[in-house]
Amino acid sequence: MNQPLHSVVCIKQVPDSAQIRVHPVTNTIMRQGVPTIINPYDLFALEEALRLRDRFGGKVTVLCMGPMTAEDSLRKALTFGADRAVLLSDRYFAGSDTLATSYALSMALLQIAREFGAPDIIFTGKQTIDGDTAQVGPGIAKRLGYNQLTYISKIRDLDPDGGALVVERRAEGGTQVLQTKLPVLITMLEGSNEMRRGSIETALAAARAQVTIWNAAAVGIEDLTRCGLRGSPTIVKKVFAPGARSEKAAMIGAEATPEASAHAVIDAIFGRMPAIEAQLFETAAQAAY
Amino acid sequence: MAQQPQAGGGNSRAGTKKELPEHFKAYKHVWVAVEMEHGAVHSVSFELLGEGRKLADKRGVELAAVVMGESRAELDAAAAQCFEYSADLVYLAQDPALAHYRNETACQVLTHLVNTYKPEILLLGATNLGRDLAGSVATTLATGLTADCTELEIDEEGSLAATRPTFGGSLLCTIFTLNFRPQMATVRPRVMPMPARQEGRSGRIIEYSPAINEADIITKVLDFIADRDSDKASLPYADIVVAGGLGLRSAENFQLVKNLAEVLGAEYGGSRPLVQKGWITADRQIGQTGKTIRPKLYIAAGISGAIQHRVGVEGADLILAINTDPKAPIFEFAHLGIVADAVTLLPALTEAFANRLRINRLAS
Amino acid sequence: MSEMQAQEPQFDAIVVGAGPSGNAAAYVMASEGLNVLQIERGEYSGSKNVQGAILYADALEKIIPDFREDAPLERHVIEQRMWTMDDRSHTGVHYRSDDFNEEKPNRYTILRAQFDKWFNARVRAAGATVLFETTVTELVRDLSGKVIGVRTDRGGNPIMAPVVVLAEGVNGLVGQRSGLREEVKPGTVALALKEMHFLPREVIEARFNLSGNEGVVIEAMGTITKGMTGTGFLYTNEESISVGIGCIVDDFVEGGETPYGLLESFKNHPSIKPLLAGSEIKEYAAHLIPEGGYRAIPQLYGDGWLVVGDAGQFVNAVHREGSNLAMTTGRIAAETVVMLTRKREAMSRANLAIFAKRLEETFVMKDLKKYKGIPGLLHGGKAQFFGTYPRLISQAMQTWFRVDGVDKKSKEGAILRSFREARGWRGMMGDAFRLVRAWR
Repeated sequence: MNQPLHSVVCIKQVPDSAQIRVHPVTNTIMRQGVPTIINPYDLFALEEALRLRDRFGGKVTVLCMGPMTAEDSLRKALTFGADRAVLLSDRYFAGSDTLATSYALSMALLQIAREFGAPDIIFTGKQTIDGDTAQVGPGIAKRLGYNQLTYISKIRDLDPDGGALVVERRAEGGTQVLQTKLPVLITMLEGSNEMRRGSIETALAAARAQVTIWNAAAVGIEDLTRCGLRGSPTIVKKVFAPGARSEKAAMIGAEATPEASAHAVIDAIFGRMPAIEAQLFETAAQAAY
Repeated sequence: MAQQPQAGGGNSRAGTKKELPEHFKAYKHVWVAVEMEHGAVHSVSFELLGEGRKLADKRGVELAAVVMGESRAELDAAAAQCFEYSADLVYLAQDPALAHYRNETACQVLTHLVNTYKPEILLLGATNLGRDLAGSVATTLATGLTADCTELEIDEEGSLAATRPTFGGSLLCTIFTLNFRPQMATVRPRVMPMPARQEGRSGRIIEYSPAINEADIITKVLDFIADRDSDKASLPYADIVVAGGLGLRSAENFQLVKNLAEVLGAEYGGSRPLVQKGWITADRQIGQTGKTIRPKLYIAAGISGAIQHRVGVEGADLILAINTDPKAPIFEFAHLGIVADAVTLLPALTEAFANRLRINRLAS
Repeated sequence: MSEMQAQEPQFDAIVVGAGPSGNAAAYVMASEGLNVLQIERGEYSGSKNVQGAILYADALEKIIPDFREDAPLERHVIEQRMWTMDDRSHTGVHYRSDDFNEEKPNRYTILRAQFDKWFNARVRAAGATVLFETTVTELVRDLSGKVIGVRTDRGGNPIMAPVVVLAEGVNGLVGQRSGLREEVKPGTVALALKEMHFLPREVIEARFNLSGNEGVVIEAMGTITKGMTGTGFLYTNEESISVGIGCIVDDFVEGGETPYGLLESFKNHPSIKPLLAGSEIKEYAAHLIPEGGYRAIPQLYGDGWLVVGDAGQFVNAVHREGSNLAMTTGRIAAETVVMLTRKREAMSRANLAIFAKRLEETFVMKDLKKYKGIPGLLHGGKAQFFGTYPRLISQAMQTWFRVDGVDKKSKEGAILRSFREARGWRGMMGDAFRLVRAWR
């Protein structure tokens, strides 16, 4: 590979559930005015891409599908140090499930390949905090024929010229060490690195940068039935809040002191479930010997 | 990306039922793709077989398991277990290239089996392996996949109704794949109960030798470094779990949860905001995106009980909720509740439990 | 503070802060063609701000005449209620006029997070470069002491500009650290606590006798602040009510009342509670408001720098005006910089004095001067003004309105007696004299 390394990081703008605060007096959750952020898992992907650029040179492109307001998140990614940003936005994408989303994103990635060079590595976070499906990354990999590496905790080695790389992947009960070849799609595990703070020069450049905005037509999507609600095989038939359990919680009245309340609570637990009492005493007795 | 629920509208398909295309009509039976780690079957696969049995019976079809691996002995043992957990049929794929899980090979084998034997429902565990595989298989087959389901049902028209949390875990939604086959879903470990094992139960095996040429497979497994047991929190399998939420008000106060857990010999954990605030590590998170637990006793201190938390703890035998807000949703699914400040009640509870256990010890 | 050799400036002006004063300054300079850099420490403009506020149209109209077309406005205010309250009652003066239903209304309720975001989008559209999540750590000076740029927490080279407009808010550290002004004193800042209570718009309209986008503002003082210097308020938004209370920080420290406790009891006051009934709290926030008035205003300009908005203590605590003073000071600072830039004149202390001189001619300085004695007076006499008098007024009203067989002359006597006994003629005369003198 004689071209410089090109990484594309797919990010999503999501509501910041960490900023949902609890009212200090009533203890109720306050959701109003919750700001949007870059999906926190995606930041690990972005930082990893920036680190590879630091080591091997090349470019980092960020790609986001979403409403026009998602430009804020892309600009933020530029402030962290990404080289260019692409917003994929079209009303035809509304209601996309993961299959339709991976279709639209893969078309945008092909357009990126045509305009800015083919990506060697496509990065995503392991999942989003609002959808939690972890399906879009694998979907993109499959559509583009990239080697799929999910839950990656570390990129051990990369030979950008030969295209070989060795990564550590989080598996059940341990870590898999995998060797594969570029091009790859990597979904980064959380905690694998820490996002840098962009320099003042980067921040200034980001503030002035143009975000490339593409609609469906701009990325070569001709068949709109593959997009949005119409392109989604899954159909959400109903959204609902679960009902209360038929038998409501038996409320234990708070006593005058926490100590008295504590004993009332223990009595209630043991009353409901004598087996737990027996088990606890047994374990305690064993611990004593 | 999120599953974005949309209201049914003029040009939307939501809520409409189209005729299933002719070429999908042959799709029949319920499958579970069995997850094997180092020769042993992951318990989530048995949980799925239990759930798959119910779906198959409702549809009047067979329940099949797909096992893949290198060693015939391990595969036969796995198949025998699948029968005992109520599979009628096992598709057994054996190849040296299947020794370790790799997306490329597993996706190829499972896709081939689906295209050949045409199941109408395909279930996988929502583990790292299952999610890695499900996403690429669904894309290859161009069918619908619903992640992290908390409930699976067959509706009156015979379709799979997959319910999962949505909107960041604040509501539930029911998702259908009406016009594509198979209907795919993943379920997290411990969400479904472990079914009873029927010893001696047996079934048919259909073998498949994919004859994979290792030279064609780009990705190689160089090593597997097993976790040390001491690193792992065994939340999903603990008998007693104590957990804290934002009602604890500070990271320091989380120690109160740990103290009670220690006295009870319990595991401890917390709700999602605590992970986001950095008060606890991700492996201690309880809920839809963390660990699903099924303890005998679950004590939730200062947790409001958002849906995404609820779906992770509903399998507990006894839930005790401590919250200052009498209207907190947690009281809607807890068995026992007390309106109290967890920060003052937890130390008292720790002390009281310790006293009782000490007295009992002296008496015995 | 670091000293630097003169270096090519990258911008015509740097604005520190993206609240109303910073946005006004940056917008005016950028739309006049200056190359402007605005630096905000928050994640976005308005992110450090408290929801629910009053927008005074006049100040914004002078900056963006057509703001009504796309600014996020909640309701225009057609009714003002001024209440003095004791624990169970309120005595009110209400003014409501259909004249406020004019084509270009005079006052609006707004949600600051949305409004500031909109304002800042206009700043960027006007051509300014805006950096978020960036904190200015120090001012850079040349050998003569003139401010020629800033350093940020992002490190790297300093950013150079001939003038820095400090719009960093009441607690802005750059000016304080650079010795341009003193640290805020707890006796001259109020801590205000606000909550947003959501209610369907039909409920708000029925409850406050409103239609369409009409809105009501209630301002209240009395025993609600438990003897501390402060006021409570309630604004109607489109689908929510902002309710809050604020007191001088010193008084909280002295009296041991918690801000939350104070807001809780205000919300539970029998005159307020029914207005909030059935609502859902969605947000709360605390905010510092400079209330030292004219006497607390620091030096406003120097070689290469200007101070605007809350950083300059530009708040009229008596009339609860702040954002209009902020925008006006930002605008006039910007106009001064634009004028000097066009004339190619130095941003020297002598030239920037024009800013202060022009401010003297506006309502900003005139009003603050007029009320310069009020903050001290209220603070000094807080026991009377926030306890004794509100109680006396309420008692008097009750005596007067209760029909109980007592003749009116005796009632008058009882009312006068209650005032005299509580405060003494001399005390009352003194309070009245001081108040009149401070008001003039």
